[in-house]
Amino acid sequence: MDAILFEFKEGLLIALRAIKANKIRAALTMLGIFIGVTAVVLMSTAIKGIDNSFQKGISALGSDVLYISKWAWFSNEEWWKMRNRPNITMEDYYEFKELAKLPLAVAPVANSVQTIKYGDRRVENIFLTGSNADYVKTTNFTFEQGRFYSDVESNSSRNVAVIGSEIYKKLFPRGDALDKTIKIGGVNYKVVGVLAKQGSTVLGPFNPDNQVFIPIGTIFKNFVSRHFNSITINVRARSPEMVQETKDEAESVMRKIRGLAYNEPDNFSINQQEALQEQYNSVVGVIQIAGLFITGLSLFVGAIGIMNIMFVSVKERTKEIGLRKAIGAKRRTILAQFLLESTVICLMGGLIGLIAAILLSLMLNQFFPTSIQWSVVLIAILISLLTGIISGLAPAYTAAKMDPVEALRYE
Amino acid sequence: MNIINIEHIAKVYQVGSEEVHALRDVSLQINQNEYVAIMGPSGSGKSTLMNMLGCLDTPTSGIYDFKGVAVSEMTDNELAKIRNKEIGFVFQTFNLLARSDAIHNVELPLIYAGVPSAERKQRAEQALMDVGLKDRMHHKPNELSGGQRQRVAIARALVSKPAIILADEPTGNLDSKTGEEIMALFHEIHEKGNTIILVTHEEYIAEHALRIIRLKDGLIENDEKVVKRYIPKSKETV
Repeated sequence: MDAILFEFKEGLLIALRAIKANKIRAALTMLGIFIGVTAVVLMSTAIKGIDNSFQKGISALGSDVLYISKWAWFSNEEWWKMRNRPNITMEDYYEFKELAKLPLAVAPVANSVQTIKYGDRRVENIFLTGSNADYVKTTNFTFEQGRFYSDVESNSSRNVAVIGSEIYKKLFPRGDALDKTIKIGGVNYKVVGVLAKQGSTVLGPFNPDNQVFIPIGTIFKNFVSRHFNSITINVRARSPEMVQETKDEAESVMRKIRGLAYNEPDNFSINQQEALQEQYNSVVGVIQIAGLFITGLSLFVGAIGIMNIMFVSVKERTKEIGLRKAIGAKRRTILAQFLLESTVICLMGGLIGLIAAILLSLMLNQFFPTSIQWSVVLIAILISLLTGIISGLAPAYTAAKMDPVEALRYE
Repeated sequence: MNIINIEHIAKVYQVGSEEVHALRDVSLQINQNEYVAIMGPSGSGKSTLMNMLGCLDTPTSGIYDFKGVAVSEMTDNELAKIRNKEIGFVFQTFNLLARSDAIHNVELPLIYAGVPSAERKQRAEQALMDVGLKDRMHHKPNELSGGQRQRVAIARALVSKPAIILADEPTGNLDSKTGEEIMALFHEIHEKGNTIILVTHEEYIAEHALRIIRLKDGLIENDEKVVKRYIPKSKETV
């Protein structure tokens, strides 16, 4: 044991000497591993970050909510077929609410995109959601300030608004938005509530943090036509276990409202977060594999670079190897020397790459969700270690099995 | 005491489809504290014999006993061990590690012998002092003259206190004055009780030894004591 430790220590010192003697070459070789490890770590960090924030974001939509809509979120059906479906109207909503017994809450939703102003501050392209007081029951909203608009306010189509946390931050940097008057698309609204932070950035405009909520009557009055636009009916099941049952009931109720015969297909779609999840998984799964494959490729190129350099290094030091053997170096000593050299180069490159990747991902976090995983850090170290050993093995073996007589004669 | 005992060794190389008989039938004994020169023209098998004596190579047939142990049956690792402990090599081209200073070069055999760092340093320093390089210990080979480089190489050969010093044309890359100084150093080393085997093709270098073995075509042509031994004059420079 002691002898092995001694040999390891001395081998390491010899390897470090060799690296020090050829600093530029070692640095260039490290660059290959450095880039590879940085790319792989950064990629997996970004993927994990996107994943985390998607999962968090999608949970804001609620897994127990169904969205009855003219359009399917993701479907293989051709869009023009869906275009010819009848709009979902407020009358459909009233009937649905009457007939459906299972849902916890049912709310009609109409959307528009508008500019919001307060004083000389403005935010553009804001997703405006018009609904009624039941809407809040289809969500898990919590409030920073105030409340959701009431039944009375929505039934009488008052100009009241509930704003998302991001919009609140932008329009009211000094706080307290309650009872302030904001302009939505040029019309005055009184702020009655501010949402606490809900979702995350991956949902983009659909993130409740970036939305403004007003009564549906008000949105019809000011922004969209009640008669030409299709609405969405949000249906919340009583519990996640009852989602399927609620969905089956919703489908039969809708078919009844639409008066569809048994052999006619649905002329509406019932969407679910699940569809989004499935779509996400299929797209992101491919991106993950492709991303890791491509970045892994750069690591592979780095490894080949090391192997190449080590072969050159062995060739170049043939005479030195001959001498070392002549004065008593065993095969395994020479093997260890060159293996340690390539491993140290890889490990150094890998560690520098890791540090760079962590710094970069912390920087990127300002614009883009990233998440450093310790398992990735560990794997990166392990990968650079393995790369060093694997790419050093063939050259080191060549060195170890050299005939000392031939090697000494080499010029 | 008998250190080297060689009986009827032969070495055959396969070059393509042709067999080359580098050594045909060589027998010789070398005792402790002998000073032997091996001479011969190129192609005489001189280098092959030296590689054999230095345990860098094993014979195709015959017996080679080193201190009573059969070298011809040793594995690679056993050969490495015997080279490390028992043989000190001095080469024509010095073969120093260019990027390491003198003391690290001298330490090298001790590293492979597993000697701990502190003892190594001390023994390497002593060896360098013995060859007159006390104030050149931390110089790199390119900061040393040819003669000084060969002294470092000799210190490296001596540091592990080997049974034999095997010198292959040690003055081949030196001018005659420096060569003379190196030969004076060998003389002194021999005086201290070491066994030296010198491989050379130059008559006057060989005459520094006590015994000359002449090879020709893989056979010993002549093995005799030196009648008129040449004692180096510049001993005082050592």
